[in-house]
Amino acid sequence: MPDPNGEILLCTDYEVRGGDFNRAGEVSTDIKTRLKTIGFDVELVRRVAIASFEAEMNVIMYAKEASVRLEVSPEKIQVVYRDEGPGIPDIDLAMQEGYSTATPEMRRLGFGAGMGLPTMKQNATRIEIDSEVERGTVVGLFFMTSE
Amino acid sequence: MMDKAMTVDVATLIDRLGLVPVNRVYNKRISGVFVSDMVSDVMNGAAPANLWVTVQTHKNIIAAANLVDVSAIIITRGKSVPKETLEIADRAEMTLFTTSLETYPLAVKLCQANIGVD
Repeated sequence: MPDPNGEILLCTDYEVRGGDFNRAGEVSTDIKTRLKTIGFDVELVRRVAIASFEAEMNVIMYAKEASVRLEVSPEKIQVVYRDEGPGIPDIDLAMQEGYSTATPEMRRLGFGAGMGLPTMKQNATRIEIDSEVERGTVVGLFFMTSE
Repeated sequence: MMDKAMTVDVATLIDRLGLVPVNRVYNKRISGVFVSDMVSDVMNGAAPANLWVTVQTHKNIIAAANLVDVSAIIITRGKSVPKETLEIADRAEMTLFTTSLETYPLAVKLCQANIGVD
């Protein structure tokens, strides 16, 4: 069980390269492993892993590159994806289930269901999205460990 | 009538259905079957220990499957699995099967063998 003293248990940085389908899922898999090792609830770890994977795939599919920071305290898990990329012109539209800008090639691989952002929202306690067209997007995924 | 309480695992697929693994066998427990060719579907809908049935063969399916604790994957339609996918599957200890059957007939066989019908 994590130490309930409120201090930062873990802070890890990752890099994701846009278009790097070869390494897709590596960051989220590592995050999952680390959270499991700390001893968080299995269901919670699953939700973090799922949300993180969708964010990771979004970077690979659409952005140039991203830095990812995982911050863990006994009460809260935070995964922030900060990318350099095209940005999201209309976040509300992007949040709609089924809306996707995936290419035919990506769809052939089973991506582009348009469920990425909705899935992140569903699994995280809170999601914060900040974006600037032609600059990039920041997706913050926040999870309260008590849930 | 087969005993539904019997544990179903990866070995069951080999014994009961004659499915042929295309990489090493990692004998995980199987509970439930999930059918989809969309990665997001699996992230959202697959339950831990599910058997995943799909036509997708690219290496990203392994990471996706692993993240939601899928136990094994059956690839249908006679698709051949790229070497890279097999290598990553072994590293992830994920058994892969292929079958020449289309997804629906394969699903019927699973039902008939009492797999995924708990």
